[in-house]
Parts: sequence; structure tokens; C-alpha cells
Amino acid sequence: MALIITAKKCIGCGICVQACPVDALEIVNGISVVDEEKCIKCGKCVRVCPTSAIELEGYIKPKDTKPKKVISAEEANMSCSGVWVLIEQSNGEAAEVSWELIGEARKLADKLSTEVAGVVLGENVDKIIPDCFAYGADTVYVVDNPVLKDYRTEPYSQSLSKLIKEYSPEVVLMGATTLGRDLAGHTATLVNTGLTADCTELSIEEETRLLRQTRPAFGGNVMATIVCADHRPQMATVRPKVMEMPVKKPGRAGKVVREELEMKEEEVLTKILEKISEKSGAVYLDKADVIVAAGKGIGTKENMKLVEDLAEVLGGTIGASRAAVEAGWIDVSHQVGQTGFTVRPKLYISVGISGAIQHLVGMQTSDVIIAINCDENAPIFNIADYGIVGDFQVILPKLTEAFRKKLGS
Amino acid sequence: MHSVVCLKQVPDVTEVKIDPETNTLVRVGVPSITNPYDVNALEEALRLKDKFGGKVTVITMGPQMAEEILNKAVGMGADEGILLSDRSFAGADTLATSYVLSMAIKKISEKEKVDLVFCGKQAIDGDTAQVGPGIAARLNYPLLTYINSIEDCNTENGSVKVKRKVKSGYEITETKMPAVITANRDINQVRYESLPDLIKAARYKAIVWGKNDLNLEEKRLGLSGSPTMVRDIFAPEEKHGGEKIYFDENKADETIDYLINKLVPSVIIPN
Repeated sequence: MALIITAKKCIGCGICVQACPVDALEIVNGISVVDEEKCIKCGKCVRVCPTSAIELEGYIKPKDTKPKKVISAEEANMSCSGVWVLIEQSNGEAAEVSWELIGEARKLADKLSTEVAGVVLGENVDKIIPDCFAYGADTVYVVDNPVLKDYRTEPYSQSLSKLIKEYSPEVVLMGATTLGRDLAGHTATLVNTGLTADCTELSIEEETRLLRQTRPAFGGNVMATIVCADHRPQMATVRPKVMEMPVKKPGRAGKVVREELEMKEEEVLTKILEKISEKSGAVYLDKADVIVAAGKGIGTKENMKLVEDLAEVLGGTIGASRAAVEAGWIDVSHQVGQTGFTVRPKLYISVGISGAIQHLVGMQTSDVIIAINCDENAPIFNIADYGIVGDFQVILPKLTEAFRKKLGS
Repeated sequence: MHSVVCLKQVPDVTEVKIDPETNTLVRVGVPSITNPYDVNALEEALRLKDKFGGKVTVITMGPQMAEEILNKAVGMGADEGILLSDRSFAGADTLATSYVLSMAIKKISEKEKVDLVFCGKQAIDGDTAQVGPGIAARLNYPLLTYINSIEDCNTENGSVKVKRKVKSGYEITETKMPAVITANRDINQVRYESLPDLIKAARYKAIVWGKNDLNLEEKRLGLSGSPTMVRDIFAPEEKHGGEKIYFDENKADETIDYLINKLVPSVIIPN
């Protein structure tokens, strides 16, 4: 009788290591490994493993894999209420992701029978308030102060954490943008709560009222649903373009709550000296109608030429998987996927991209997807409308030529 | 100039494969590496040391095996490596992780003043980008994320000026040290190790600090200090694939014609 750890199932979370009373488990290369000599076969690790990767003969894992501590709705809320969305803005212009999140917050709040609130931080931001209501907010919290003119972590995080402490929301959402990820990580620490990054799906677990936060995890090859059981608020960032844009209802009204900022300009250590607009931003991946994307499978930087040629004849933009970016073949501003852009073109041609979930979440809503890959088992084929199994070095030039002829250019 | 660089040992996710039969993750044989963003952060700290003198301390939280990445860092030129390892740290989420790291940095700075704390923008296994901001919040240091270059570092008045990537382009931002900086990959090109450093690394034995060395509160550690927990793990929803075409070079023209005719009408292209 021995402890069996199924490496395929193990996610290397380390929970078993901590549960083991005799120090017999260790994470080696991301997988839990047992030291048979130390193991006393008590089964504690079997019980805690979230993926049922550990088996012990004669020991059956209890059916309910959920944590022992399932708390009642009343307890879980800890007198917190409201689903909040940070309205990201610059120069009084709100980022679209904020409205997408107001739409999502509306659905969650209706399930929880609570209200939706927008949080607007900045200077001269009043013109955003009516839009917050129009997209579905019931309340808007506003901190309007010259110190908040441009985004800086210290005053923004101080404002947001003060609002959270004062009004105790149940859920706080923001866009997984550069600003949102900077602010969320800082604020969650100040208010001492859990934060889940880059969610692709949110829902409410009915029996516990908990927010189920789903995101790609462990290298993006599995999806994980995360909950934050006994800390409030439950905080999450969500990728732009993942949630549906809500219908705007102009004229919808609500309550405005204004708060003062305690921080003075001289207390803020960080100063923005200069702003440089990106001129080379000709990529516009998120606006492209046609994207031809290259992955690790193209093998060399020189082969990018074949991809560029096809993109050119189609009047498209070049995209890339993370592997192609990390190989140094193309700039990170072309990256499509979880850590890059989320795109929704009319035509997406992927070349030598196997299709890790992290890439797929960034492009799977494209209207038509063509995948070219020599590995017939590549996951990309599961979502492609047309999957071509073959050598891109042969296919691409022919495709480019045929398009050129057909399009007469 | 004293920099502390936070490193994370991660599985090389670009090497992770999916078992086509079971559609599950194959993690066996996946090599462990230093999170690539952290390597760029370390390189930047080393460059500051080259320019202003001083010291680079590297820290990592993880199992004993994570010591490897500290030795690698010493091989690149880091002066000291500290492994934060304790069974009670296992299962930590980003909140519990930033707690241990920040307490370690506090202890380091009590012995020797710390000017800058470096982290990678994010780790390639979790992709959360949360630990750097968390450390800054806990230490009450200013935070500069997504740094593309350090423009200037004034050791006399204790200020640092950086160029950081924002949505609309770049910002030149200045702050007071000590500060936390998270590095983008394009901040620099990582150096090759020098022979003397490699020899030093081969003999180097990292310092190990556990729970008791850092005066930590048990309830804020590992699993119990982590508000977030994994409820479910599942394979991503499989979408039904469309048409699969096995490209046959003898019928190349036919296949290409077929595709073009399918695509042209359905696509934008003004034909």
C-alpha cells in the first residue's frame, strides 16, 4: 500500500505539503512527490487535494471536495453589500471595460438582490456619472480632487481602500488593464482581502452567495474557479472584451455619494514628469478586421516574412502567441491572449500556434478562425472553423499568392 | 545602492503540453526556471550596482528546491541569496506571499538599508501581477509597475526616475526611494554569467529563513493566510472544431482554391 500521486492531475498547489504532519511531501518541479520512508499513510493529503491527484488504498476521499468551512449567506456577507466597479478613466473618458463590468455587476447584483455601484476617482469627472447610471449603476461614489488627476498608485489606492472600509461592498471588480492590475493588487493588500486576476467568467454560487471567479491557471492549460470565502470584499480583475457591453439607457438616475481625499499633493511621493503618447501603435490589434498570427511553430524569425506577406495582401495586422514573443521574433505589442490583447477580428489566421487556453481566450470569439499547424492534435483545431494540417512553409506562400490573384492586388 | 530582487521559481509553461488522449496537463518532466520577468528585474538591479556600487540581495519563497534559482542569481552577480522556506508557507496565495516577502525585506532593511525592491511584472505560471503591488502596500513604499527603463537614479537625494508603460503610451515618473519597481521584459538584455561569478555560484550556499526567523504570525501564512481558494479545476470547455483539412501537396491548388472561395465572401475584403 502506497501513496499514489497522479502527476497529470497534480497542479503543484502545495496544499498537501502543508497538510502532511510528517513532512513527507515536497513539490519537485511543480509536482507533489512523496517520501515513502517518512509517509505514515494517514490520508490527510488525500483529503485536502483539490484535484483528487492523491490516492491511498483503503482511503476514500469524501465526496464533498468543497472546503469544510461552508458559511451561511449572512455570515459570508459580514454585513457587506453591493457590487462595485471601479470606473477607469483618463482625462474624463471612461474605459470601455468599465461599462462591460457594470453590465456584469448588474447580473451578479440581481442574483444577490443588492445594488451596483460605480467608483469614479479623478479630477473633473462629473460628466462620467450619468453614464454610470445609464449603463446600470444604482449608486456612484465619487472622489474628485486635483491630486487624482493622473493615475498614481498611492492616492488612488488610498481613496479606494478608504471607500471600501467605509461602505463595505461585497464585491469589487475592475478591468485587468495596466491601471486595474496595479491598483487592485495594492488595494486588496491594504484592505486585507483576496484578489483573483484576469477572470474570464464570474457567477454567484447560490447556496453560499460566494462569487465564483473563473480564470485560466497553471500556465493557462486548465481553468480554475476561485472563491474568497471569509474575507470581504471579494475582489477580481476581468479582461477587457470578455464581458458583454450592456445596453445604455440614457436618463436612468441614481444616488451620488461624494467623498473627500485625505491625501495632499505634497504627501504623494510619486510625480509624473512627462507623458509620451505611443506613436508606433500602428498595431491596433483590437481593432483589426484581419489578423494573421504566428506561434512557436514557425520556428525562426526569418519565417515571420511568410506571415507578414499574407497579412499584407489581406490588409491585416500581425498577431503572435506568447511563445513567439518570448522567442524574440516579434514585439510584445502584437501578443494575442490572456497576457496580450483580446481580439475579435472577422478573420483570424493562426500559423504554428498550438492553442494553449491562454491564447484561445484572447481570440476564440473571432468570426472565422483558420488554423495552420503540422500537429493534427493541436488544441487550436478544436476551435478553428477551418483547420489545415500541413506545413505552413508550403501553404502560406500559396495562400498569399491565391489571395493576391483573387483580390487583384 | 542596495537592491532586493524577489524571484520566483516557476514551471516553464511554454514546455507544458496537453495529453491529447485525456486532455489533461502533462507536468512531468517540465523544467523549473526562474520566472523570466524576474531575471530582467535582477539584471536591472545588477546594472544599478555596476553603476553606483552597492549590493544586490535576491530572495525567493518556496521549497528547498528553489535554492537553485538563488544560486543562478549569484552566478549572474547577485551578492546574497535568501531562501524563505517553511512548511507553513505552502499553499500561499498572493496575499500570504507578499506578507512573507515584505517581512523578509523588512528584516533585510533593518540590517542594511534597502533602496529599491525589484519584482518581475508578473510570473508566467500565475500571471497575476499582484505580489509586487502587495509588497509595496505592506511596506508603504511607492510603487512603479510596468517599468521599461530606469532613466535616472539619484543616490544623493534618494530619487529614482523611470519610464513606464501605460495604456496611452509611456510616462516618465519619479519617486522617492525606497520604492518597489516591477519590470517589463524589454527593460534590458540579460547578461551572460562571468566565470568568477559562476565559480562563486557553484560554491554558494543560500541563507534560509523560516517562520521563526521572521517573527511571523501563523494565521497569516500559507493556506490559512490565503483568502482565496481553489473551488474547482477543470479542463477548458472544448469547442467543437470545424472542418479539418489534411494538406496534400499533390492537391495543393484544389485545397487553396476551396479555402479562398470559402473565405473571400465571408470576409471583409472588398472584392
